[in-house]
Amino acid sequence: MLRIYWVYLKTALALQFQYRAAMAIWMINRIVEPTVFLVVWVTTANARGTVGSYGAADFAAYFIILMVVNQLTFTWIIFEFEWRIRSGEFSSILLKPIHPIHSDIADNLGYKILTLVILLPVAVLLIALFKPAFEPRLVSLGLAAVSLVVAYFLRMFVDWGFALSGFWTTRTSALNQIYFLVMLFCSGRLAPLELLPHWLERVSWYLPFRWTGYFTVELALNRLGPAEIAAGFRMQALWLVLGLVLMQSVWRLGVRKYTAVGS
Amino acid sequence: MPAIDVQRLTKTYVVPEREAGLAAALRSVVRRRTRSVEAVAEVSFSLQPGEFVGFVGPNGAGKTTTLKMLSGLLFPSAGRARVLGHVPQKRERAFLSRITLVMGQRNQLLWDIPVIDSFERNRVVYRVPTRVYRRTLDELTELLELAELLPRPARNLSLGERMKCEIAVALLHRPQVLFLDEPTIGLDLTMQRRIRGFLAEYNRLHRTTVLLTSHYMADVEALCRRIIMIDRGRILFDGPLDDLVTRFSPHKTIVVELRRDTADLSRYGEVVASEGSRHALRVPKADTPQVTARLLGDLPIADLTVEDPPIEDVIEQVFAGALDGKRQRGT
Repeated sequence: MLRIYWVYLKTALALQFQYRAAMAIWMINRIVEPTVFLVVWVTTANARGTVGSYGAADFAAYFIILMVVNQLTFTWIIFEFEWRIRSGEFSSILLKPIHPIHSDIADNLGYKILTLVILLPVAVLLIALFKPAFEPRLVSLGLAAVSLVVAYFLRMFVDWGFALSGFWTTRTSALNQIYFLVMLFCSGRLAPLELLPHWLERVSWYLPFRWTGYFTVELALNRLGPAEIAAGFRMQALWLVLGLVLMQSVWRLGVRKYTAVGS
Repeated sequence: MPAIDVQRLTKTYVVPEREAGLAAALRSVVRRRTRSVEAVAEVSFSLQPGEFVGFVGPNGAGKTTTLKMLSGLLFPSAGRARVLGHVPQKRERAFLSRITLVMGQRNQLLWDIPVIDSFERNRVVYRVPTRVYRRTLDELTELLELAELLPRPARNLSLGERMKCEIAVALLHRPQVLFLDEPTIGLDLTMQRRIRGFLAEYNRLHRTTVLLTSHYMADVEALCRRIIMIDRGRILFDGPLDDLVTRFSPHKTIVVELRRDTADLSRYGEVVASEGSRHALRVPKADTPQVTARLLGDLPIADLTVEDPPIEDVIEQVFAGALDGKRQRGT
């Protein structure tokens, strides 16, 4: 399997090199969004002193780390699936004696490896500009690294499972919008979750999005106590297993549905 | 054991249906009407290992649906199919590793990377040992003349070149069963001939079982001894290609070359072509010996040949129901 991943990864890198311009445009989008939120919240904190437990430097640290974590964990599989099913490309995928998620993970990793080269200098630039309050500790960084790996697979499984809705409806755009809207609020992209209304913050605890990046950022920033860390890892593990089971079950049903209807 | 065994295989699609216009569109929101379409209806046949069979029919006859069911892409509504002993719709790894489906307009090659890189991807996915891969690649490169194409990205290849590479990538894992759906569609005559030659040679060398659909009868004539004809989901004929002509064509064509330019040949049969001293006559098959004898006795003949009608014509007649209007089964 490692050999398959290695070959997939090499191909993914070669493909990304072919799409340099597209990659740069997507990167701009992925840098602009957290930077805008960063500027908004830093400005607000500067005016008020603090917002919740966040000062201006805390917001800067939060959004810079979130940008990196989010870049490492995000997937575009939902859009990819819609096209695969509608174009009939799925037939070629189904003929292969291997689960298609493997090539998706490899493609995703290939993209991440290349884009990190752009993202890290941007992060350094933002650090220089906004002077974030970030005092890394080895333990917290280690825990964040572990949770980052879990978050990556968790998000891949959940997004992949959701993307399979394309088997039942050819117009998945509306569903995707709802999914991304919930994700925007509950993954901490808009603001740290502690700043959300209490009920929404509680809701986010039970949804997968909190565990696909926000928890990792909080760990890296050393904002969590031992009990919260343990609870967080439990929720991540739970969603990882749930995501995998859900994805596999929907996959089986979806293939059955696809093969009943054809393309 | 047959390589492919199909018993009463059926596929029914449920398709949404509504009349034209806004009112019908609004009504369909509340009450959705559907209709069942039987794409394949109780089809039965089997292929022995190494057989190369043409699967022929007009558009919408059920050819591709059958091929998709046999390759595990479609779930049958009824009946059963076994391919190399496997139930296709289970899509077991062992099954998928032993078959291939080449569809003329779908592709396995990645558009933006060199063809050889797509080959390499398939090699690892199908777990082909390096030594076997090299041997297969060399063989395919030689048979299909791929050497110059391999380092080029698929997007820079012509349609014919791409099709050759698509066929090669589909064969790298040495499948025992090939489902070929219009493999020569859109190709020029030279490329069609080259691919035909390759498929015949490949079948001869490896005794692969091949089920081929094609709208080009030249493909079927060149490659298949046996033909299965399907229309509206039902098999009309299954038997040797030669039998099709014998069984379904009531005519033969007598082509005569006379020593002088003009002669009225209409009393011998229907004149279907006339060019100078060369004439083609269509005569009932049973009358052919007598007509031939009369022509030789009555006229100054320079040359005479008796031909079966073109296979396309026979097939067209069968599909049109022009012969007896009945659906018939062959051997």
